[in-house]
Amino acid sequence: MLELMAGPVLTFTDRGIYCPAGDFHIDPWRPVDRALITHGHADHARWGHRAYLATDGAAPVIRMRLGDIALETIAYGTTRQIGDARVSFHPAGHVPGSAQIRVEVAGEIWVVSGDYKTVDDGLSEPFVPVPCHAFITECTFGLPVFRWPDPAQIAAEINGWWTANVAAGRFSLLGAYSLGKAQRLLAALDPAVAPILTHGAIENTNAVLRNQGYALPDTIRVTPELKPKDHPGALVLAPPSALGTSWAKRFTPASDAFASGWMALRGVRRRRAADRGFVVSDHADWAGLNTAISETGAERVFVTHGYTAQFRQWLESQGYDAGIVETDYSGEELDSTEDVVEAP
Amino acid sequence: MQRFADLFTALDQTTSTKAKVTALAGYFREAPDADRLWTIALLSGRRPKRTITTTRLREWAAERAGLPLWLFEASYDVVGDLAETIALILPPPARTVERSLTDWIAWLKSLAALEEPDRKPEILAAWDSLPGPQRFVFNKLITGGFRMGVSRKLMTRALAAATDIDEARLAHRLMGDWTPETTSFSELVLSDDPADDLSRPYPFYLAYQLDDPPENLGDPSDWRAEWKWDGIRGQLIRRDGQLHIWSRGEELMTDRFPELRATLDHMPDGTVLDGELLAWDHEAARPMPFNALQRRIGRKSVPKKLLAEAPVVLRAYDLLEWQGSDLRAAPFADRRARLDALLDALPADAGIQPSPLVPFDSWEALAATRETARDANAEGLMLKRAASPYLAGRKKGDWWKWKVAPLVIDAVMIYAQAGHGRRANLYTDFTFAVWKGDELVPFTKAYSGLTDAEFRQITAWVRKNTLERFGPVRRVPPEHVFEIAFEGIQRSARHKSGVALRFPRMSRWRHDKPAAEANSFDDLQAMLATYG
Repeated sequence: MLELMAGPVLTFTDRGIYCPAGDFHIDPWRPVDRALITHGHADHARWGHRAYLATDGAAPVIRMRLGDIALETIAYGTTRQIGDARVSFHPAGHVPGSAQIRVEVAGEIWVVSGDYKTVDDGLSEPFVPVPCHAFITECTFGLPVFRWPDPAQIAAEINGWWTANVAAGRFSLLGAYSLGKAQRLLAALDPAVAPILTHGAIENTNAVLRNQGYALPDTIRVTPELKPKDHPGALVLAPPSALGTSWAKRFTPASDAFASGWMALRGVRRRRAADRGFVVSDHADWAGLNTAISETGAERVFVTHGYTAQFRQWLESQGYDAGIVETDYSGEELDSTEDVVEAP
Repeated sequence: MQRFADLFTALDQTTSTKAKVTALAGYFREAPDADRLWTIALLSGRRPKRTITTTRLREWAAERAGLPLWLFEASYDVVGDLAETIALILPPPARTVERSLTDWIAWLKSLAALEEPDRKPEILAAWDSLPGPQRFVFNKLITGGFRMGVSRKLMTRALAAATDIDEARLAHRLMGDWTPETTSFSELVLSDDPADDLSRPYPFYLAYQLDDPPENLGDPSDWRAEWKWDGIRGQLIRRDGQLHIWSRGEELMTDRFPELRATLDHMPDGTVLDGELLAWDHEAARPMPFNALQRRIGRKSVPKKLLAEAPVVLRAYDLLEWQGSDLRAAPFADRRARLDALLDALPADAGIQPSPLVPFDSWEALAATRETARDANAEGLMLKRAASPYLAGRKKGDWWKWKVAPLVIDAVMIYAQAGHGRRANLYTDFTFAVWKGDELVPFTKAYSGLTDAEFRQITAWVRKNTLERFGPVRRVPPEHVFEIAFEGIQRSARHKSGVALRFPRMSRWRHDKPAAEANSFDDLQAMLATYG
């Protein structure tokens, strides 16, 4: 039992989550020697580490975003020994290729969730609960007011909105994250309604994912030469921050909408002043978080980002040993501008 | 209630005024009379009486959802709307039942006859029979706060479209002291004789802020100027031997201002005045600060002591009805002349004074006068075109408010709190401090004035720079300086700093100023001495 005296499997440093036994970081936010990456979103996969390890599925997008980096890949469920730690990656259901990372040191198992959701979005590898002693979880939507509607119902709402816009001679401008959310929406759209146009940031990711074998409907990239009137009734999919800019203005008249978990709140919907808000999130809702945590069987839970204070208190009241870890992860931010740096 | 909930959803789903009017007009054409009457009532701020306290509703909703009360409260903090929080937190309905809006309101009234413990199963059963949007609307009815993103003006426009009745005429019909219990749709909306209600006020004419230079308004001789007071806009009505005083928010406030009853003896029937209700310092012959008036508004009956400490007057600036005829179409200059003649004949203790015209012969001279507004305890000037009729609602062109520039002070942000409702995921509520030696003394909070982009920027900074948490409040390093603009400053025993600001807001983010260069407590005291 000497091993139990050896300190925690993972520690929390100002660079990120660190494993002393394996001398590696998970999703660090400052440059480190060895980084294990859960998925390709910018707050998790950052530039500047000497060596990267990610799943086969996540690697192509990470390469697209970070360029020429030293990136090794690993299949879901395969165990790798790193120093004194045994490491494996497991589906997180967040975006295609996203993973939770399981770290086992001397029989004690900790799991880092990264970002996750428990509903099947039809595209990402569905979330699998991983039994562990300690679970490090996000809680972006860690309040009981967040309950995601049935994805089929939302798909019907979006297609209904689009169809009505076609009938009224309008374009449909839909704002969604370029990695994950956008492709998940594409998979839910009915291509029979009208053509689907995409912002360059989204289309670049589409190209990578199609190449990996993810099934997406046909889309047309919006280029400066594209003539909107050649595509009447089109649905235009763009990162949220592109809506309301001159890029979006050429699609007139249009109805605009956002797809985000935040759209569950009327106040946020109204602040965005879009015509419609569809409740679609790549993070777990209240029930999803609670189920996921319970299914890990963990006794200790660390919450990293989201409604951390409230969610920790709730977990404590449910008998967990729960703590808050301050991180640089942002979760689902309605106002993120990360996606739109490049020209259309 | 399906139809009403659909209307609510349709209004909520668009930001286009035209689409809102279309949706509302469609509803007004199709809904049964009782429902449309209630809809008009709700959209003009007439709500059914609250029969259950919000405390009970919170407890019952948390219990039904199987959650501790503190978690319900934490959720409410984020959502910012009680009706919505309850709707979101409850489990989905077991079965759904359709009842009309009017039926639900009648049911709600019937609850008043029950003992409180007997109301609980009724409410729980109702929650359990309503799908999402209807449940939200239902909660709005029982909590009594109804805002649908539709102004009264828009509602009136839609009703005008649905009934082919002139909008201004409708606006007048919808004013006053009615409820769906005391009238019917045809009596209220279709009846041709609005004068049958003796207390009915005229719709207030509201001005926009003047942003362009006044020179753009043309020849100064076409215009009149008055001080713009910081009181409560009110309409005083004398008809058939009775006095009625309405606030702009259409609240009947007659009994709150007993000192104005004396006007009954001096004014003929068929007289309606528009003016400003102010707490008045008779000795100094100028208005008291707004908080003196505030002490009066809060109470339905006025103790003698308060009556002596904060006496109220009406400073009248317009005459809307004279000898029973509607004067609103007459030019302002004519109305004003008759008003002055009327007020001249009133004794000084009648409680009504003219709000004097401010003479001027050039815009330049008037601008100089405006700069002295604070000396008169005024917010600035009102500009009115001499030829203007008295219109209904907020209209551009003939009336403008021309406020004096606000007072400003540079302060350091020391605490941040997340907003709720529209701003649920942003830090928007800040506490500001000024220097007293090496110490920072908090003196005001401010919530508004920044752009969405600036709020996002400061939010990201707060998240990364939290030093300490006190519940929802985060202490942050004193790094950011903001210019705080405000309309007035008062001594206050209730505030630790000893001052209270009127309408504080962030007017500028001083990226150029390090925290050490923010203003000092002495500066604040100096402002209090000059303007307090």
